[in-house]
Amino acid sequence: MDIGSLTIGQVRDGLLARRFSAVELTRETLDFAAAQNPATNAYLRFSPGRALSAAARVDGKIARGDDPGPLAGVPVAVKDVILTKGLRTTCGSKLLAEYVPPYDATAIARLEEAGGVILGKTNCDEFAMGSSNENSAFGPVRNPLAPDRVPGGSSGGSAAAVAQGTAVVALGSDTGGSIRQPASFCGVVGVTPTYGRVSRYGLTAFASSLDHIGPLARTVRDAALLLQTIAGRDPCDATSADAPVPDYTQSMDGNVQGLKLGLPREYLKDLTSETGDLVAAGVKTLRKLGCEVREISLPATGYAIGCYYIIATAEASSNLARYDGVRYTFRSGDSGTLSDMYRHTRGEGFGAECKRRIMLGTYVLSAGYYDAYYVKAQKVRALIARDFAQAFSEVDAIVAPVSPFPAFKLGEKIDDPLAMYLSDIYTITGSLAGIPCMSVPCGTTAGGLPVGMQILTRHFDEPTMFRLADAFERASTGVTL
Amino acid sequence: MKITEKEVRYVAELANLNLSEAEVRKFQADLDEILGHVERLNEIDTTGVEPMAQVLFSAHHAADDAGDTATWRDDRELPPLGTDLALANAPQSGGGYFKVPKVIER
Repeated sequence: MDIGSLTIGQVRDGLLARRFSAVELTRETLDFAAAQNPATNAYLRFSPGRALSAAARVDGKIARGDDPGPLAGVPVAVKDVILTKGLRTTCGSKLLAEYVPPYDATAIARLEEAGGVILGKTNCDEFAMGSSNENSAFGPVRNPLAPDRVPGGSSGGSAAAVAQGTAVVALGSDTGGSIRQPASFCGVVGVTPTYGRVSRYGLTAFASSLDHIGPLARTVRDAALLLQTIAGRDPCDATSADAPVPDYTQSMDGNVQGLKLGLPREYLKDLTSETGDLVAAGVKTLRKLGCEVREISLPATGYAIGCYYIIATAEASSNLARYDGVRYTFRSGDSGTLSDMYRHTRGEGFGAECKRRIMLGTYVLSAGYYDAYYVKAQKVRALIARDFAQAFSEVDAIVAPVSPFPAFKLGEKIDDPLAMYLSDIYTITGSLAGIPCMSVPCGTTAGGLPVGMQILTRHFDEPTMFRLADAFERASTGVTL
Repeated sequence: MKITEKEVRYVAELANLNLSEAEVRKFQADLDEILGHVERLNEIDTTGVEPMAQVLFSAHHAADDAGDTATWRDDRELPPLGTDLALANAPQSGGGYFKVPKVIER
């Protein structure tokens, strides 16, 4: 058994054929992950006790002849912004270094109910703020395919673990591209579902109107299977959608004949790099599969970065106000008065990127600027969403790049926050509209770096997104420039 | 200049964020650059556009796609977390309460 390349289907077959037990698989994967982890720093901590008891429950069910669940025995890595009861959850922040959640996120409860085995918690940018995983208080993550390069962010640890083979699948979170961009950088599949498709209960809030939980996996099918188990209405999250969850694998029949695809003019005009060539090759493959490709326009694209960094930071400044030294483990030693306690706890606890975003968010919400910045951004957001609605009256799916470039070097962009923000351009538009979007590997640069292609569809049309991604994955011959 | 050093200090006060002098200078430069980019939003005409606060209920957005998907939950009691668990992560607690430094001097 090659642990590093297992799929959910192979785990299931192996368990049901009694080639290995869930406990054996869990032990082996934990050993493998512990040995591999120093190369990447993808996991912040392992949870062997929890993993082995989950595995033993699966083995018990199989022994009794019961259905062990759709994720039976599957080793899962979980981004450290998603709460796990009794298992330390730090959000990549010094402020929460000792925080032990009193409850499980709904996505966690559902994946364990489905037989999933949580191996541990993965590294990320502090409070999911960043595009390189360099903003973690616990050190950066290295890209498993190029150790001098970033894995992307903010779900860098989850993407690296899946790419490295130290988990079969992983949960990440995405606010402006934090699943898709690291998936692209690490050569794995990453899915940001429709806003509200997966409950946010137990996802540490960054920007509530934009936050999503979603899967990372080595195959489209595995990503779909993981999403299947965590999606659906949750009374604990009023913004979770009541819409029924379709059987995603049913749509993955390889037939994309006649699907209408749109290529956004605004995304492609500046993209002349290897990334552009690989995405163009991907589009050619889709054309060969029978898709009809046409150019479309998303005219408000040029305003998306400004819009996103106003709305996301405004919401973040409000959400992060709770870390004040009262409830969440860390309190500054310099806490003479109540006001000192607040100011020093936050000044010492937050890293540079969180402070920058709290400052920007507080500024755009402050008296005199609220209408000029925040309300203006909300109106622009409506225009961006309108662009997509218009496009989807003409096409079934949109195909686009994920990031303007492949994984960059550690330290290369960390001192230029605006440049880092600008690199989110292709992912934040879909986030602002709340539509499903995913990254699927579409090839490798001459230098050996993976590149992802993005697929975006209508609200709740994950089936078309998966159908297209799966057909592409089957047809893709792994283009190398 | 979009934002002055004085404004940076004022915003830090609003955010209850203690900043070093070096941070004040750094954030002034960073915010100035970012706000410079954000200014671009003024180029786009948003006359008559309703602000979009969230995705699934926006009156002018994709109502046909998303529909009324969010719903209220039943109004019934659920077991709460309980005081012990709620206080378990507090840096300081006692008698069933969070403890903080003195708020009012006698």
